[in-house]
Amino acid sequence: MSEHADQILPHGRVLRYPFGERLNHWIAAFSYIYLLLTGLAFWSPWLFWIAVLMGGGQISRTLHPWAGLIFFYAVARMHGYWSAQMKNTEVDKQWWRSISHYVQNEDDKMPPAGRYNAGQKALFWSFFYAAIVLLLTGIVLWFPEWIPWNLRWLRYISVFLHPVAALFTIANFLIHIYMSAFAERGAFGSVIHGDVTLHFAKRYHPAWYDEIVRRANAPRK
Amino acid sequence: MSQETLRIQKISGHAGSVPGEDTQRQYTVCKLIDTTTCIGCKACEVACMEWNDLPFGETVFDNSYQTMPETRWNYWNLILFNEHEREDGSLMWLMRKNQCMHCAEPGCLAACPSDGAIVQYTNGIVDFQQDKCIGCGYCITGCPFNIPKFNKETKRVYKCTLCTDRVSQGLEPACIKSCPTGCLHFGSKDDMKYLAEQRAKQLRDHYNFPKAGVYDPPGVGGTGVIYVLHDASQPELYGGLPKDPRIPLSVKLWKGPLKWLGNIAMVGGLIGLFAHYLRYGPKEREEEAKEPHEGAQP
Repeated sequence: MSEHADQILPHGRVLRYPFGERLNHWIAAFSYIYLLLTGLAFWSPWLFWIAVLMGGGQISRTLHPWAGLIFFYAVARMHGYWSAQMKNTEVDKQWWRSISHYVQNEDDKMPPAGRYNAGQKALFWSFFYAAIVLLLTGIVLWFPEWIPWNLRWLRYISVFLHPVAALFTIANFLIHIYMSAFAERGAFGSVIHGDVTLHFAKRYHPAWYDEIVRRANAPRK
Repeated sequence: MSQETLRIQKISGHAGSVPGEDTQRQYTVCKLIDTTTCIGCKACEVACMEWNDLPFGETVFDNSYQTMPETRWNYWNLILFNEHEREDGSLMWLMRKNQCMHCAEPGCLAACPSDGAIVQYTNGIVDFQQDKCIGCGYCITGCPFNIPKFNKETKRVYKCTLCTDRVSQGLEPACIKSCPTGCLHFGSKDDMKYLAEQRAKQLRDHYNFPKAGVYDPPGVGGTGVIYVLHDASQPELYGGLPKDPRIPLSVKLWKGPLKWLGNIAMVGGLIGLFAHYLRYGPKEREEEAKEPHEGAQP
């Protein structure tokens, strides 16, 4: 039986991420981690030893752009999977206004989040737009010798914007890891096994939970 | 060019102190190029290729003496021929030997992320160490003179070494040795500066070049190659010699404030998240989350 999103599974679980989305997530994750490590090596002399660990500066320099293409491919696919679900709604505006409750784990005081809460949507769009900036500036940095002298401003912009966009993704990445692996127990499993408990759905995504239940109880068409 | 006999005062992409910094006083060396006595014979180009044993590449012919438009990874020394019409309508040939300027504050070195791939010796020579070069090309972006050139086969960047191997043995660079008119001089920066000013004064006082002067741009801390120009107010006439070369602002911002802001943000973010976990912990403890078999049919 093929998987589809929001499918209710035995033992009180619901499928959140079908196999394709999970695989794509990990393509993005592993390519991002490689990009992060080699990128940090180029970022600071104090971290250049990372490039040595990763096989040497030359190898890191050669593979970083290719890993970037893989990462961008995965992000573009994520856009295909999820962009429709990432549209901002009125609830999201309320969510941001109540952000202090969220930070203090007072989730009962939060407006009911759908399949993704406003923070997750912000993460998605942050990564999406940062990936575009990283791709464009990265192509310039990949082939600096192809940029003619009178277009050198392209290199000047890229050399600055590439790390700015990367730092922006690092901020998002840290929060993403923290939320999924530490703060919300069950979130990490959802992108490994694909499913979450109905309790998890109700706890963190009440509007999504209601939707699942409504659909499960609706007569089949 | 690895020159163990020369001490190093600046190292690219280097964490911590520089071994040779302030251990020894050395003359800052300098090449003086008097464009007013250059005849464009290209002997310096040949000497450079001979001494550095560089493979010859293809030349282009576009009805001028300019047989290649700019320096290459295997062509470090190139005379730029510029036809210039003077105010009185007469034609003048401005010839400039172009090569690495050996800046006191090198943009290439500032931009380079690879530990030791670019060094500056205590005598001021800026030298690429190709064995440590990772081929990122950031030096190309850092340089305001368009000097470092990328080799697509080796994926390394090359440029004039100011004949480091010769200078370390007390010899002058090969180009200086070959110059038939004596328009090239080599010595300490102070001596060359003095000589250049003398020549510029001579040009102003006796040769009807009232704007003659010395090109030693302060924006990059002065250079290890200085020019005497007929018209120091218009260096652009000499094949695009920049009037006020500086390390690009974006490179300075990237290597300066952005680095600090970024590092503080990354470390601060990690500390902040850890502190948040200590204060608030996970949103739900595992034992609470395990409500057994909450039915699929609510």
